[in-house]
Amino acid sequence: MLLTKIKQHGQGLRSLPMLPFLLVALVVLPVLVVGSALLTPTQEVWTHLWRTLLPVMMGNTLLLVLGVGTGTLILGVSLAWLVTAYRFPGRGLLEWLLVLPMAVPAYVQGYVYMATFDTAGPVQTALRPHFTDMGWFPEIRSGIGAILVMTLVLYPYVYLLARAAFRETSGALLEAARTMGHSPTMVFFRVVLPLARPSIVAGVALAIMEALADFATVRFFNFPTLSDGVIRVWHGMMDLRAASELAGLLALVALVVLLLEHAMRGRSRYFQTGGKAPRIAAVPLVGWRGWMALAGSLLVVAVAFVLPAGQLLAWTLQELPRQPPGTLAVYAELARNSIVLSALAAFFATLTALLIASGIRLSSSRVAFVLGRLATSGYAMTGAVIAVGIMVPLSAFDHALNNFLLQVRGVDVGLVLTGSVVGLVYAYVVRFIANSFSSIDASLEKITPNIIAAARVLGASPWRLLWQIKFPLILPGMLAGATLVFADVMKELPITMMLRPFGQDTLAIWVWQMAAESLWSGASLPALIIVLVGLLPVVFLVRLGNIKN
Amino acid sequence: MIFSVRNPTTRSFDAGRACVQLEGVSKSYGATKAVVGLTVTIGQGEFFSLLGPSGCGKTTILRLIAGLERPENGTVSIGGETVASSETWVLPEKRGIGIVFQDYALFPHMSVAHNIAFGLKGFRKEQVGNRVEELLALTGLSSLAKRYPHELSGGQRQRVALARSLAPRPRVILLDEPFSNLDAALREELRKETKRILKEQGATTILVTHDQEEAFSLSDRVGVLRDGKLEQLGSPVDIYHRPHCRFVANFVGKADFIEGTVEGRTVHCAFGSFPLTSLQNPVSKQVELMVRPDDVGFFPDATGQAIITEVRFFGASVQYQLQLEDGRIIHAIRPSAEILPVGSRVNIKVDASQVVVFPKD
Repeated sequence: MLLTKIKQHGQGLRSLPMLPFLLVALVVLPVLVVGSALLTPTQEVWTHLWRTLLPVMMGNTLLLVLGVGTGTLILGVSLAWLVTAYRFPGRGLLEWLLVLPMAVPAYVQGYVYMATFDTAGPVQTALRPHFTDMGWFPEIRSGIGAILVMTLVLYPYVYLLARAAFRETSGALLEAARTMGHSPTMVFFRVVLPLARPSIVAGVALAIMEALADFATVRFFNFPTLSDGVIRVWHGMMDLRAASELAGLLALVALVVLLLEHAMRGRSRYFQTGGKAPRIAAVPLVGWRGWMALAGSLLVVAVAFVLPAGQLLAWTLQELPRQPPGTLAVYAELARNSIVLSALAAFFATLTALLIASGIRLSSSRVAFVLGRLATSGYAMTGAVIAVGIMVPLSAFDHALNNFLLQVRGVDVGLVLTGSVVGLVYAYVVRFIANSFSSIDASLEKITPNIIAAARVLGASPWRLLWQIKFPLILPGMLAGATLVFADVMKELPITMMLRPFGQDTLAIWVWQMAAESLWSGASLPALIIVLVGLLPVVFLVRLGNIKN
Repeated sequence: MIFSVRNPTTRSFDAGRACVQLEGVSKSYGATKAVVGLTVTIGQGEFFSLLGPSGCGKTTILRLIAGLERPENGTVSIGGETVASSETWVLPEKRGIGIVFQDYALFPHMSVAHNIAFGLKGFRKEQVGNRVEELLALTGLSSLAKRYPHELSGGQRQRVALARSLAPRPRVILLDEPFSNLDAALREELRKETKRILKEQGATTILVTHDQEEAFSLSDRVGVLRDGKLEQLGSPVDIYHRPHCRFVANFVGKADFIEGTVEGRTVHCAFGSFPLTSLQNPVSKQVELMVRPDDVGFFPDATGQAIITEVRFFGASVQYQLQLEDGRIIHAIRPSAEILPVGSRVNIKVDASQVVVFPKD
């Protein structure tokens, strides 16, 4: 491999990276499938959808996108600015405490809040004896409820990216603006925000993508969106055609969000002042202002993390002794399924990402850029879209294979891949490969051509080069990426719902099913495990943020 | 390619024994010709510099010697052994060379000691330990052996890179602009330090740089490159005072060019007539004289032929811009003990022994 590479280099040949092309094609296939389904619409499907759910779902999706976008924007940016530009008691601790809500999947957050504030929940039960009429109590099962709950778990995306951008902003720019007669508030709106805009927009786009992908929370809150619609059509009508056309519409919405993000980033992304710029100087908040800042941030952490996690813990401790025997065995089985699937997905995502990322480095920068973007496009596609997009070609393949074997051999093997672990893991890889790709790509960046040259000139054989230089340098990136994929698959719901082999439930599925039946406490331990595993990537993100400084 | 050059610095190397030889070496990237028919011989123990502007192909030459690129034409030999030709190809790891890269290319996941030990494969453990300690002492890094590259300053990284490349006792050390990432004060110190270390190790060294001061102060010989071709090869003094062409003259230092006419072995110009030296063989009658500002003298004279139009104070020296009656400009550098003000009328006197002429184009 290395020898051929050198020979090609010497003779000025350029190799065509066939393997990365093939892998990228596999990753993009599901999106192409739903895209083509949307381009060839079936009239009955759309007439039916239009008469029933479609207008409501479209309206709800739009409201959700706007609500979660605005909510995460305000909460994320203001918290990020608070911890960057001001000094107050407990700031160091809060900087990472504020990331914790990310560990709670929206459906878990949703179910805890539902259980707490619903008609039969502890809050209304406690209040009821004191009031003749409970009509004044806000209806939690509503769009507002769904938007609030999702904002609480998704704001960390905006917070993390905005904080990173604020940290990179040169303090000298702020000082320059002050000398030109701007007040601190004007500086924030005219200098700081425009500079951080690309990062903030990226964070909001990520949050919106997550909100678009969600079907469970919105169903708890009785606020059906397009994602929910795809799953309903899939489960209710068992109509692959209709599901894939609706998924195409969902993909189109996601694409619009992506394009908007791109347009709003503008060219400013490429602007960075060189040299070692001083950081923004943090202003000390003295007296009650400092305590207010602390109290405000703690409130967010409490509402978005401590309360749900604490509630889950309380339910678990309270209910576990009362559970019938064998419950723990069921949980162990669920945990095993979750771990096996997550590990498989993490392994294949890492392997695929490594092959693509190292492969495209051989091709020209423009081709590599396009392939890289395509390979990571899955993060922008919601789980429902990918599941449908994989189901269509898999079942086509299975039917073809079965027909062939039936005719040639006379054996009926049934559908081999459909509903097997293969399709499930394939879908996970497509959905989450962006995580492993970007961290592997970043660590490949560290292996500069000069590092390779230095090792070779010092007499390293290709084998030693691989084991002592390349592998140790990529390993951290591979592990980080694998951890992120692992945690994402642990809490993944739509793909698992639609593609899992019959009878193979995971922790996430269990939580969803229990919560859908309002059996809150029965879901608490599995949900708690999901939250704990979800803390893993948070640790990575916090460490990453610290290293960058 | 043999040049009869007078070299005032004593030679510390054995020019008779070739260490690195390039013969008719060419290399291009697509339509860009990086190196064109280069022939040069570097002697055993010599400190040789390749000097040229960015993009002149100097780094490509290093990479060709190291075996990181393969020439399209010509042969490369190291220590008398052909390492690259149309038939032969020796892999970089088999060539016995050391490189210090511009970005140092230290292995970020290894400590200083492990970086230095990387090239010492196939030795016993205590031999490796001894050699690493020896190099740490030589480069003054003993206290930093356990540090990682990101914990070092720029100058320390440069020394680790040098120690690492020296560890396996290579036949040649290649330095690719190793001082360009350092600030001015540190750069000067590390140049001296590097020169001392390389001398102690008796290494043959090829330095690539775009800084003529660096090339002049370190090298036994300098090769000036332009567009992949060797423009001139010689001692630093030759290159500076007897450039073969206007490109070299301009690249290695400030120079003014003054029109002149050749008659026999004499050249006439606005500053008088000068004898041509034996090396100068102008092909045309109309020539240009190269005058370095340090060769231009003047004294205040109310009836002089020039006026001072600009004075730039550099501390130890002062650079004057002088304008002649006909508008032509010439520069002079004088010690700063006495400074003449702008507008003073002066009489110019050019030091005749150092005048170089080029055919006028």
